[in-house]
Amino acid sequence: MNDANGFMNYLNNTVLAQERGSFWLPPQASTTAADVDWVFQFIFGVSAFFFILIVTLMIIFIIRFKRREGVEPGAAPHHSMALELTWSIIPTIIVVLIFAFGFTTYMNMRIAPDNAYEINVTGQKWKWLFTYPNGHVDENLHVPVDIPVRLILTSVDVIHSLFVPAFRIKMDAVPGRYTDTWFQAKDPGEYLLFCAEYCGTSHSDMTSMVVVHKVGEFEKWMQDAANFLNTMPPAEAGTRLYKIRGCAQCHSIDGTGGHGPTFKNLFGRDVALKNGSTVAADENYIRTSILDPMADIVAGFEPVMPTYQGKLKAEEVTAIIEYIKTLREE
Amino acid sequence: MIASTTSPSTISPATNERADNYLTHKTGILSWLVTLDHKRIGVLYLISILFAFFLGGVFAILLRTELIGPGQTIMDNDTYNKIFTLHGAIMIFLFIIPGIPAALGNFILPIMLGAKDVAFPRLNLTSYYLYVIGAIFALLSILLGAADTGWTFYTPYSTSTSTSVVTIVLGAFILGFSSILTGLNFIVTIHTLRPPGMTWFRMPLFLWSLYGTAIIQVLATPVLGITLLLLIIERTLGVGFFDPGLGGDPVLYQHFFWFYSHPAVYIMILPAMGIMSELVSTFSHKHIFGYKFIAYSSLAIAILGFLVWGHHMFTSGQSSLMNMIFSLLTFSVSIPSAIKVFNWLATMYKGSITLETPMLYALSFIFLFGIGGLTGLFLGALATDVHLHDTYFVVAHFHYVMFGGTLIAFLGGLHYWWPKMIGKMYNETMGKIACLLIFVGFNATFFTQFLLGMQGMPRRYANYHEMYTPLHQISTIGSYVMAVGFVVCAAYLIHSLFRGRKAPANPWGSATLEWRCASPPPHDNFSAPPTVGDPYDMSDVRFDPQIGGYVFKTQPTP
Repeated sequence: MNDANGFMNYLNNTVLAQERGSFWLPPQASTTAADVDWVFQFIFGVSAFFFILIVTLMIIFIIRFKRREGVEPGAAPHHSMALELTWSIIPTIIVVLIFAFGFTTYMNMRIAPDNAYEINVTGQKWKWLFTYPNGHVDENLHVPVDIPVRLILTSVDVIHSLFVPAFRIKMDAVPGRYTDTWFQAKDPGEYLLFCAEYCGTSHSDMTSMVVVHKVGEFEKWMQDAANFLNTMPPAEAGTRLYKIRGCAQCHSIDGTGGHGPTFKNLFGRDVALKNGSTVAADENYIRTSILDPMADIVAGFEPVMPTYQGKLKAEEVTAIIEYIKTLREE
Repeated sequence: MIASTTSPSTISPATNERADNYLTHKTGILSWLVTLDHKRIGVLYLISILFAFFLGGVFAILLRTELIGPGQTIMDNDTYNKIFTLHGAIMIFLFIIPGIPAALGNFILPIMLGAKDVAFPRLNLTSYYLYVIGAIFALLSILLGAADTGWTFYTPYSTSTSTSVVTIVLGAFILGFSSILTGLNFIVTIHTLRPPGMTWFRMPLFLWSLYGTAIIQVLATPVLGITLLLLIIERTLGVGFFDPGLGGDPVLYQHFFWFYSHPAVYIMILPAMGIMSELVSTFSHKHIFGYKFIAYSSLAIAILGFLVWGHHMFTSGQSSLMNMIFSLLTFSVSIPSAIKVFNWLATMYKGSITLETPMLYALSFIFLFGIGGLTGLFLGALATDVHLHDTYFVVAHFHYVMFGGTLIAFLGGLHYWWPKMIGKMYNETMGKIACLLIFVGFNATFFTQFLLGMQGMPRRYANYHEMYTPLHQISTIGSYVMAVGFVVCAAYLIHSLFRGRKAPANPWGSATLEWRCASPPPHDNFSAPPTVGDPYDMSDVRFDPQIGGYVFKTQPTP
């Protein structure tokens, strides 16, 4: 949770493209946003007209027909078929129009162009993971500008919903099935991405960023990102792996409990095992625990961790070990 | 036993001095707890739902206080999630759904019909006790740590969270039976106990709306019962209906749930519209305009309301074809609501309008329900719903409909029938002040939430981005203003119980039957079935300054 709040603080301190929107709506940062907003403005116009009409008539009637001493009310009809049909039929025509505008725009938002760049999205409590065609996994959604992007969503636990206000898109990520949505970003910049379907404790912190890269820069970012083991210091790369490769779900970094032991102050400590023996948590112990988790079960925990043999490369294991070393308190 | 409806003398002030009314007919706590009198059951319901409203309101104030700034203010995320679940579940299942039909409807429906009671008095008491048992289960869940699922209990979250989901779901399941039995009772009562002369089209419009409501209660609520039972079975026995891990389908739950819960929205709003028709006509002192259109529109809403549940699921991944159909059907249900609003306005035209507290609530309703209904257009249209779904726009929309609509009409109805129910008048000035506070506070609280939602603020967030802070703060301050309004309202209503001026039989000048019997009504309402005229013929009443109320010019003959 601390981690998530930290991210929220980071978001708060970043000048987002988000804030360039109007008083009413966020900025129109996707190609369909302007169409959606047009439908919005149309409905707004209709609603404002009828609301002002109703309230004005109400106020006029209150003033004009307020009871006056000794004045009997004038005769008025109890019904009028013509009048009542009028205020049934006109609204009917208007709402059919609203339906038609809403539907046609929606279909454009549903059907992705054939050449769209595909990114797989996984929702889980309480983060988004974006998997790129080359296997790179990122916590934020990086996309190129002016290229249609199709997101294929699923969830590994409960229902989540991916929501980017600046793009006017929202789609549920449902466990056990795939859903999809698409967009084409118009302006480079950073935009907020929310979880919109209630998913428990940290629902409101399940926030990511959409980073729209300028022409030509997305490929460069992709190359660096996929290559982060070689470009980042090992401990920093380890932080990243900790978040995206599933460690964080069970091992806390602040000393709190979980399915597995916390990483805080782990390195260099003596660890009591279930079989009664004690082992020093050095590089080899951690390496063994990652690649053969059943070898040393820590006292007080169940043997539930899957093996990462063949899933993590040697450099990646090294990076994670370096990261765990940084969690020692001096 | 009295003969109040049979001779002119009985509507004289002397009638009101009679010792025997339903409040004094029998005494002792047991005479209330096992009463079969619909009026006493109505009062029991009223006390219960007002208690539920108080609880739900306290939770609402806690939520708004937490949201006064981003980050943690007074509670952590888990507590916030439990409190918004309790706020929603209590307000929906314990207050709004039974609010108008079971409390006001129980009291007024038989008297409006000129009947002595509902068709099945014992069933009526049973449904009250089912309500109490359901409420106990729902509140018991708080002691067991409270559920954190939201009032919608969406799977697979509700089947995987470790909180006390089963208890509160069981509570909602039992409350469903209470609702079904009340609906059944009302349908039979309206069909069989109308007095001679009261044809369907001479029924007051409040009864039409209760009839439409009862149909939904009887047809839709069993689906909720089955759904909640499946949820309980899945949680306790691990049978996979909804959890994909067990081979189930989580979206199926949403279909089941909204198949009830969307019609339930009309269980909540239809009786409110019925009250509106009574209030607008009475305080315009004029015949209701377009009686048949209003009556038929109640039925149209009841029927069309069954066909639109899928509009809660436009972003759930359901097919575009289904989204298209549900969007179109959703717009169809807006027409009958529009008709009613225009007919109320036409009723005011050339009326002789007085602005007592119930009428102020009726005017607030037109204003607030106008906004609530029109903002529904943004959510029915597919393109805009995708952006607004699950944001504060939706929160604001349904509060404008449920609170600005149903609750405001409930308050209007409560003030309107309070003299009839209690036999005392409340302080009119205080009534107007409270109404104004609630109206201003309400708009400050919820109009800001439309703006938050348009800007993309998702609902059910304990924490939020700093850019949303100013609007959240206005919203919170608005909720405090509203709370003050409700405290004032409670204070003068309680005060009136002890110190209120004695109420005349017909303080407002209405022409429906309940105003023909004394305030408060005698035990058996009418000694003989009264004959019935036009329920909105306001020329039939005239103000009598001597008794401070209205008297009927003509006396019906039995």
